[in-house]
Amino acid sequence: MKRLCASLLVGSIALAAFCSTAVAETIKVGVIATFSGPNAIWGKQFQEAIQVYVAQHGKEVAGNTVEFVYKDVGGPNPDASKAAAQELLIREGVKYLAGFDFTPNALAVAPLITQAKVPAVIFNSATSAINKQSEFFVRTSFTLWQVTVPAAHWAASNGAKKIVTAVSDYNPGVDAENAFVSAFEEKGGTVVEKIRMPLQTTDFAPFLQRIKSSGADTVFAFLPAGPATFAFTKAYNENGLKQAGINFIGTGETDESTLDALGDQAIGLTTAQHYSAVHDSELNKAFRAKHAEMFPKSTLNPASVGAYDGVHLIYKLIEAAGTDGSEAIEAAKGLSWESPRGPVSIDPASRHVIQNVYIRRVERDGSRLVNREFDVIESVPDLGFSR
Amino acid sequence: MTVALSIVVDGIAYGMILFMISIGLSVTMGLMRIVNLAHGGFALLGGACAHVLTNSYGIPFIPALLVSVMAVVVLALPLERLVYRHIYRFSELEQVLATIGIVFIMIASVNLFLGSTLLPIRMPPVVSSPVDLGFKVLPLHRIIVILAGLAVVTALYLLVERTRFGIYLRASVDNQATAASLGIDTPKVYLAAFALGAALAAFGGILGAELLPIEAYYPLRYMVLFLIVVAVGGMGSIIGSFVAALSLGILDTAGRYLLPDIGTIFFFLAITAVLALRPNGLLVKSS
Repeated sequence: MKRLCASLLVGSIALAAFCSTAVAETIKVGVIATFSGPNAIWGKQFQEAIQVYVAQHGKEVAGNTVEFVYKDVGGPNPDASKAAAQELLIREGVKYLAGFDFTPNALAVAPLITQAKVPAVIFNSATSAINKQSEFFVRTSFTLWQVTVPAAHWAASNGAKKIVTAVSDYNPGVDAENAFVSAFEEKGGTVVEKIRMPLQTTDFAPFLQRIKSSGADTVFAFLPAGPATFAFTKAYNENGLKQAGINFIGTGETDESTLDALGDQAIGLTTAQHYSAVHDSELNKAFRAKHAEMFPKSTLNPASVGAYDGVHLIYKLIEAAGTDGSEAIEAAKGLSWESPRGPVSIDPASRHVIQNVYIRRVERDGSRLVNREFDVIESVPDLGFSR
Repeated sequence: MTVALSIVVDGIAYGMILFMISIGLSVTMGLMRIVNLAHGGFALLGGACAHVLTNSYGIPFIPALLVSVMAVVVLALPLERLVYRHIYRFSELEQVLATIGIVFIMIASVNLFLGSTLLPIRMPPVVSSPVDLGFKVLPLHRIIVILAGLAVVTALYLLVERTRFGIYLRASVDNQATAASLGIDTPKVYLAAFALGAALAAFGGILGAELLPIEAYYPLRYMVLFLIVVAVGGMGSIIGSFVAALSLGILDTAGRYLLPDIGTIFFFLAITAVLALRPNGLLVKSS
């Protein structure tokens, strides 16, 4: 009897294993992001892009049905992120994790995904070090170094000689300052002053006065999108820096989600970034048209393309490896495809996306403000990974 | 010398904005003795209303400002009658909990209809044009705010110190029972004072929006700032709030000019020192 039971058990396990590889099933993808609170915009952008991708490509992949399960963590909250990942992995049985807006939220799940051998596709978190924490991280967004170094090189080869950096005093800001300063000095430029501004500040007049009297020809700024950027760009115009001929170069300050709120004062701001909602390609036009049809009140931004490409990547991995996490990660390395942002591929070393970085200028296009691309630095890897 | 002048000018401009956004709280919290954490909520509602009027309906700034302030007053009146009237009798902790609950409802409502992004208020372009003062360039907007702040502090001082309403208000706050027995209609006085506080919040929120932009989480983001001004100024002292706002503005600006890296710590250390020396506020004598 005991033997019969044992052989039945073995048989059913074998059958279950057989089923999981050969027979069609529902593959769940857990999306961890912020859907409530002041940063709810991240979750919204992710979810919309996922839905657009699914509407364009269907939810069937190699005979399997893909289902997305969303978990809200309410902002930068590593504990909530870890708990959400645990629940998704154990109770929901997800085979892929995705999302991750804030760096701490991604870092928190590193031990879990390594243990469970479940790939996690990062749609946004931009700190280079994340991908070192687990072999199972793949990233479809960008890193600070990836966009900041091209910004510095571009500025240096377009007439900037003396520069001031003005960054918000928090980790990403300090990172951006380091990246910009080292890249700019490498190209022979001079950094006149490095200013770190308190994160909560919204009165930037004193800092801009300093920048103005420093004798620099360009200011590199790094601030979180939202009130800080709004107040900084306002102060940049109102304190007469534009008239004084001091150029502005930034990275993500002119994010499409807050660009219209910045108003006409933003016109002319130059930034380096991997994606603009008005990138000129057929694929992006189709993406934009479908998005506008499904979410007429919304707008695309870099978070959207991170999620859109993230879903594309997950579909490709399911095609190649089904639910085998380790095999999926191997399949991801070196994968290349055409994204709405242009050609991209996954760097086998850093598991981060290699992509073009565009230099854009804010322009008015009808009733909207847009980031118009006018120069490009091609195939940039994550320049911060080996630091 | 130029730096000193810049600090003073920028500091006064910043301080005046601090004053404008906090003076409403000084009225409700200082004069009426209610811990009204929902103060920023009224500023948010006023700002959101001005955003919708100027951006979606293309109404010019000045009419939009007036309509928004009126709209907030219209909302504040039934709120006082139905909700705040009960809150007056609560203990301080209960007041904190009740009013923060009201803030959450306000935030969620704005979030639901307008989303959590910035809600810019469109102003005539001339307002943001730089004005050259010789030693530094200042946006016209700051000069307008400085003048508006001076007008508000004068009007409010005269209202509280020199009018019958001011006497009624001070009497009602000091001893409600005695004031009522002398024939003062205390519920009406409270209603009027509360509406005044809400109107000032909306007015300050809209005028200060160039510096502290309106968005759904505005009331929580700047709550500490409002409370600091009222605490340092001394509860119920309008002139105290004015002096406090200006000195804090100048202090913060000086910190940012001279010690940008540690400006924030400098600011809070200074506040700690002031409150340690004068726990009841700058101008209020200890009782």
